[in-house]
Amino acid sequence: MRRVEVADLSAWYGPKKVLHEVNVVAEPRKVTAIIGPSGCGKSTLIRCMNRMHEEVRGARVRGKVLFDGMDIYSPDVDPVDVRRRIGMVFQRANPFPTMSVFENAVAGMQLGGRFSRSELKVRAEGALRAAGLWEEVKDGLDEPGARLSGGQQQRLCIARALAVEPEVLLMDEPASALDPASTLRIEELIEELKRSFTVVIVTHNMQQAARISDWTLFMLYGEVVEFGPTSKMFTRPDEKRTEDYITGRFG
Amino acid sequence: MIATVEIAPMGRLRAGRRWKDRAFTAFLWACAFLAMVPLVLISVYVVSRGWHALSVNFFTKEPAGPLDPSAGGIAQSFVGTGLIVGMATLFSVPLGILTAIYLAEYGRGRFAGAVRLIAEVLLSTPSIVAGVFIWSLVVVAMGTFSALAAALALTVLMWPVIARAAEEILRLVPQELREGALALGVPRWRVILRVVVPTAGAGILTAIMLAVARGLGETAPILLTALGNDFINTNPLQPTDAVPLRVFADARTPVAALHELAWGGALMLLVAVLGLSIAARAVSSRQQKRMT
Ligand SMILES: Nc1ncnc2c1ncn2[C@@H]1O[C@H](COP(=O)(O)OP(=O)(O)O)[C@@H](O)[C@H]1O
Ligand SMILES: [Mg+2]
Repeated sequence: MRRVEVADLSAWYGPKKVLHEVNVVAEPRKVTAIIGPSGCGKSTLIRCMNRMHEEVRGARVRGKVLFDGMDIYSPDVDPVDVRRRIGMVFQRANPFPTMSVFENAVAGMQLGGRFSRSELKVRAEGALRAAGLWEEVKDGLDEPGARLSGGQQQRLCIARALAVEPEVLLMDEPASALDPASTLRIEELIEELKRSFTVVIVTHNMQQAARISDWTLFMLYGEVVEFGPTSKMFTRPDEKRTEDYITGRFG
Repeated sequence: MIATVEIAPMGRLRAGRRWKDRAFTAFLWACAFLAMVPLVLISVYVVSRGWHALSVNFFTKEPAGPLDPSAGGIAQSFVGTGLIVGMATLFSVPLGILTAIYLAEYGRGRFAGAVRLIAEVLLSTPSIVAGVFIWSLVVVAMGTFSALAAALALTVLMWPVIARAAEEILRLVPQELREGALALGVPRWRVILRVVVPTAGAGILTAIMLAVARGLGETAPILLTALGNDFINTNPLQPTDAVPLRVFADARTPVAALHELAWGGALMLLVAVLGLSIAARAVSSRQQKRMT
């Protein structure tokens, strides 16, 4: 199933409430895009979906995030397990600077458990292929990961997330720091990934949302304005504010 | 016409500014040079007085006795310093790094504040206080001076150096790296041990080297704990010699040959501390390149 359902979710940084009773569903084998102006709570929402939000000091949440019907915030759930099943790619590529390309690719496995060298090799190649990076790095697997170009680093981070075999992939503006060519590669990659994953992507680029997503969530000031099929959102939205935003009249 | 009239004073102004700029640069150079003078003077003087003492005997023999003191060496001091500082490093490195990890990664609230304050106070505590403290706690209880007691006294001094310096370095590790690892479903303690600490590795090594440099040269705390010894001792529970102790003891005798040994010991201390400091600089500048 791999369905992620956010139910009446609110989130705070200290006393500041930044998400207000958000409801949204990310369907399996579909790309769900979260759009909205800067500061509206897109990153906060996506970080709530694999319990990364609580890593910020003073941050807390109320409400539910159901993963195949199980609430990831229920007290008996270990956030480490949640993150293993719901992977995340960040806005800025953050390969581990002490590790090689190979070690970066399988970092989640090497740090999280015991695997044989041959197993690691198989997984590293699989993940790097899935991230569309294999051909470029296969002769330099022992080079430092930080020596790759910006676009390659981001694909390395995607590979790293894929190598732990998650069921859902969360991406927070994964291409916003990249050049157009690298952005295109990432978009093609997302097309590939959605065949086997539930993908949630934050983007401030509406063309990108229109191109790659099946469902779109539009947020303003921490609230859901509209959630629906992307084709409908971009052609005949229900809300005037959605129309104003996607036609560039504000935001 | 107007243009030429305007350019002339601007040109002059620029020349004036350039002159001031140069004068200031020269002034800064002079200041830096002045700061170097004591170090250079000390180094030159210690080398000129101490290098005569350096011989095979100096490194391999114990003191030769009053009839021919110049035939002896201070091997027992080198062994003792190695033993004491080695043990102190063994104690203070894990303790200091664990404290740093606690303060940088977990510590919030009162207890962390208290730990940080203790480390800060210890950093500026006169080292003789550490000596007296361990003397009353360990030497008196054990009924003997010992290398172990000296190592504990040095640990009291080296631990806060490592803890505070390593804490600052751990804080420099970008939060994004921690989040990147946490998001892979890696438990927090493993993220710290396998990602954060290695990323800060060279900086932590620098902190350790600076702490060892401090421990090598300390005299007062080991005076009250190791006591000194004319013979090579490798038993941690027995009185032990150390290079600074030997320098102190030999320099106070009226014997010229022993003065020479003291200068030789001082030279070796200087070389060790300078070497460690330079190595620490080299390591940390390499680290800076990697972090950015
Ligand atoms: N670490 C933080 N501490 C306090 N406030 C934060 C923090 N991160 C984000 N915020 C606030 O939360 C709101 C939503 O931020 P964010 O989710 O990052 O928005 P977006 O990703 O849509 O730009 C903003 O008002 C922002 O200032
Ligand atoms: Mg954001």
